[in-house]
Amino acid sequence: MMRFRDFDWLLIGVALLIAVIGVAEIHNATIGSKFASVWVRQIYYLVAGVLLLVVMSQIDYKLILESSPWLYVISVAGLIGVLVVGKAIFHSRRWIPVAGAHLQVSEFVKLVIIVVVARFCGEARLNLAWRDVLCVSALVAVPAGLVLLEPDLGTALTYIPVAVVGLWLGGLRWRQLGWLTLAAALMLPVAWHGLHPYQKARLEGFMQPQSDPLGSGYQVLQSKIAVGAGGVWGQGMAQGSQTRGEFLPVPHTDFIFAAFSEEYGFVGALVLLGLYLLLLMRLIQNAQLAPDRSAGMVVMGVVAVLAFHVLVNVGMVVGLMPVAGIPLPLMSSGGSSLLFTFAALGLVMNIRMARFVN
Amino acid sequence: MEIVDRNDRIPAGRMAVVQYGIVLGFIVLGLGLWQLQILQARKYAALAEQNRVRMEPIPAPRGKIYDARGRLLVDNYPSFSAYLQRDGSHDWRADLPLIASGLQLALPDLEAQVAKFRGSPAYQPIPIKSDITESDEEFIAAHRDQFPELEAIMASRRLYPKNGFAASLIGYVGEPTARQLDSGQYRPGAVVGKSGLEQYYNQQLMGVDGERRVLVNSHGRVVGTLLDQAPVPGKDLHLTLDENLQMAAELAIGDRPGAVVALDPRTGGVLALVSRPTFDPNLFAQGLSSAQWQQWSNNPEHPLLDKAIQAQLAPGSVFKLVLSVAGLQENIAETKKVDCTGVFYYYGHPYHCWIAATGGEHGVLGIQQAITQSCDIYFYTLGTEMGIDTIDKYAFALGLGRATGIDLPGEASGLVPTPQWKEAHYHLPWYKGETVSVAIGQGPVTVTPVQLARMVGGIASGGHFPRPHVDADATNTAGFDFPLTQTTVDTITAGMQGVVNPGGTAASAHLQGVDFGGKTGTAQTISNAKLRTITGSHSQYVDNAWFVGVWPLKNPEISVCVLFQRGAEGPLAARIASQVIKAFYQEQTAAPSTGEAQRRLGVSGRQAGASTSGTGGEAALGPVPGK
Repeated sequence: MMRFRDFDWLLIGVALLIAVIGVAEIHNATIGSKFASVWVRQIYYLVAGVLLLVVMSQIDYKLILESSPWLYVISVAGLIGVLVVGKAIFHSRRWIPVAGAHLQVSEFVKLVIIVVVARFCGEARLNLAWRDVLCVSALVAVPAGLVLLEPDLGTALTYIPVAVVGLWLGGLRWRQLGWLTLAAALMLPVAWHGLHPYQKARLEGFMQPQSDPLGSGYQVLQSKIAVGAGGVWGQGMAQGSQTRGEFLPVPHTDFIFAAFSEEYGFVGALVLLGLYLLLLMRLIQNAQLAPDRSAGMVVMGVVAVLAFHVLVNVGMVVGLMPVAGIPLPLMSSGGSSLLFTFAALGLVMNIRMARFVN
Repeated sequence: MEIVDRNDRIPAGRMAVVQYGIVLGFIVLGLGLWQLQILQARKYAALAEQNRVRMEPIPAPRGKIYDARGRLLVDNYPSFSAYLQRDGSHDWRADLPLIASGLQLALPDLEAQVAKFRGSPAYQPIPIKSDITESDEEFIAAHRDQFPELEAIMASRRLYPKNGFAASLIGYVGEPTARQLDSGQYRPGAVVGKSGLEQYYNQQLMGVDGERRVLVNSHGRVVGTLLDQAPVPGKDLHLTLDENLQMAAELAIGDRPGAVVALDPRTGGVLALVSRPTFDPNLFAQGLSSAQWQQWSNNPEHPLLDKAIQAQLAPGSVFKLVLSVAGLQENIAETKKVDCTGVFYYYGHPYHCWIAATGGEHGVLGIQQAITQSCDIYFYTLGTEMGIDTIDKYAFALGLGRATGIDLPGEASGLVPTPQWKEAHYHLPWYKGETVSVAIGQGPVTVTPVQLARMVGGIASGGHFPRPHVDADATNTAGFDFPLTQTTVDTITAGMQGVVNPGGTAASAHLQGVDFGGKTGTAQTISNAKLRTITGSHSQYVDNAWFVGVWPLKNPEISVCVLFQRGAEGPLAARIASQVIKAFYQEQTAAPSTGEAQRRLGVSGRQAGASTSGTGGEAALGPVPGK
């Protein structure tokens, strides 16, 4: 039953505030460009997201946890389906047409992975055996590998923190962590060879921005210029010259934080970062208050994904991270990402309300 | 660290690690923002400004050049140049190969052109192709997104008269030198006078370029204007030159190497000024090919030199006018008679009169006949009697041995040799025999055509030597005065009148009914002694022919100097001069002149320019007679 008084209104309020700021920024950053009408679509997605949140909050999370093996199988099948029949857009097969919109399957798989990992790590003993570690790694690696084949490196990467945080909270020992880190380090050269040329170029562009000023290095440079030119107070709403002059690439999606920072400066950027931090801390609080370990792990899975998104996206915008194609949750234009976030928040609401049942 | 939670909760310590990890990550992001927006805000604001603000020069139209009657000599025509913007964050270097092929330039040439402007500030766009074609313009317009650094800027180009008409006088324009660019004196792509009037009056003609600062987006499209500063057009130049007379002079000398200078002795204004061979300045305006430049540079006749003011050559017998003035002013020559037997002995050494080569002699003659017949013996006698110091004194007084101060760049001063000069340069004393050579304008004495034109006009007008000038608005043109006695003037003009009449050295240059006169000169380009040591062809050592003349003989209105290099003898030069004087005489006596009428009607008297084929002049001269 709906019990709106048990909703975390602060959490939802912060999330909606960020999303509304996002819509406004999408509008301001695309005035006069071919994306000028995108903000309207973003409002539709936002409304759909809120509805999704309400729906998710009404489905018992225990039911979801119990059916997670089936959800996992369906997800993997869905990802394979995307690879086979998915419509090729932007050279990546990651969308399937649903009700006139193109939905990104991998975004919703994220939710399933969060649930699967939470269930596995939540049920396990606090002393994780190597077998458990390998199981969790494999559970994440299979869908991640499929997403990588699409190819969508950014989304595949977002699965990893779910596994890392799940294992950590599930009781991973320091020694195991050490070995895993070493293994990951040894995998790096292999991974490098597996990267697509444009992905390599992005990494090279990050390491030496001058080597490729036209490619991703150019994008990051323009992003840093936009952020830096914002100064303390910003250039004013819809007044960013980097954004309006179309020097900043995709200012409504991956680089929306740069567009915002140019307009509202250091002060505005800090306030926005503060809102995200508030959102994450509030989520962690919800995890601490969760009725059981698995429920807490689900919430922490959501924290892991959202924190990873914010840190990598803003890190890229300020030039601290390579360009990975990871959107800023709640703000970047795009339905799948927004719907995922609200669905995840709905799940958190569900868990929160379950606390009051018992 | 491991805490077993009885309530089936996640270990609080592990939660805290995640929590602090996230906070730490946010602190790093905050520091990143601090770095960009506080510490380096100015740098990035400047970069943003470079991105969006583009400076476009608006070239000032160069001043036009008109002749004395308001006829347009040098005009401008609109043209577009392709410029490269080097600021902003676009990597223009990577685009050079595509730009080169798009604009049909060779990549090494384009790279060399870009390299030339390394020293110029990056906010100044640099020219990469001038006078671009319509297809070039289309290429630039169609590739705005791909090459936002490329743009077409309008410039006015020089349009000079065809066929090198008055080219040596007008000069040409070109790009600033590397030093001028580095000093910031001129912007890249500026049009700067390189020679002639274009160089001398460059500042006046250039004007001040305007500037447009526009806001552009990443595709190079203009989205706003910050500043639109109109250029200050260059000031027009109005010359003392007469286009018709210039044309006559050009036709008269034809293709012969040498120079023609015509001055107004009353004002010093240049009426015509020709140097041969010459060049087509339009080729410079369009961007000279290196092959053409090589050809002009390596030509032994130096087509880029303005011989009218830069050729320093022995004057030959024209110098006898200096001796005549000296002798008459010193009261030696007026009554002096000399008997020419064809040879003159000085300290036992024989010096011959030119007439001895024809087997004749002049007999007894006075100063006036000596001028008319150019008798060497008379002037040997007069010169040795006066001595080198007196000759030098009058040579200097008549304006030789120093630049006239004409408003053209690179004027040579010529040389009046003095014992002091010889001592200083050769550490040798002056030999008396050298005075004999100097007396007939040989030896080390050298002059420029413009010096001789002013000298003959000055002598005929009683010692008035205004500064030669081409700009009608030139100030400080008074020059100097060296008053001559009426006897000096009358005697010399009478002698000069005889030169172009039967019995004179240039009788064939006679103009029926025109009261003009002059003096011939035949100058060796090499001493006889040296000539004997050279085997093979002597054609390059053929004597230079000179003629200086005035019209009318009393209170002259025009003085002319003609240099015909390797023209062998004076009469040839005299007949070129007589063509010029005839043209001037006809223009002065025909009233009202057609040019005057055209100016009143507001009709441009501009003509395509004179042909330098020389056929007209050749036909007018007819066959060359022996002496």
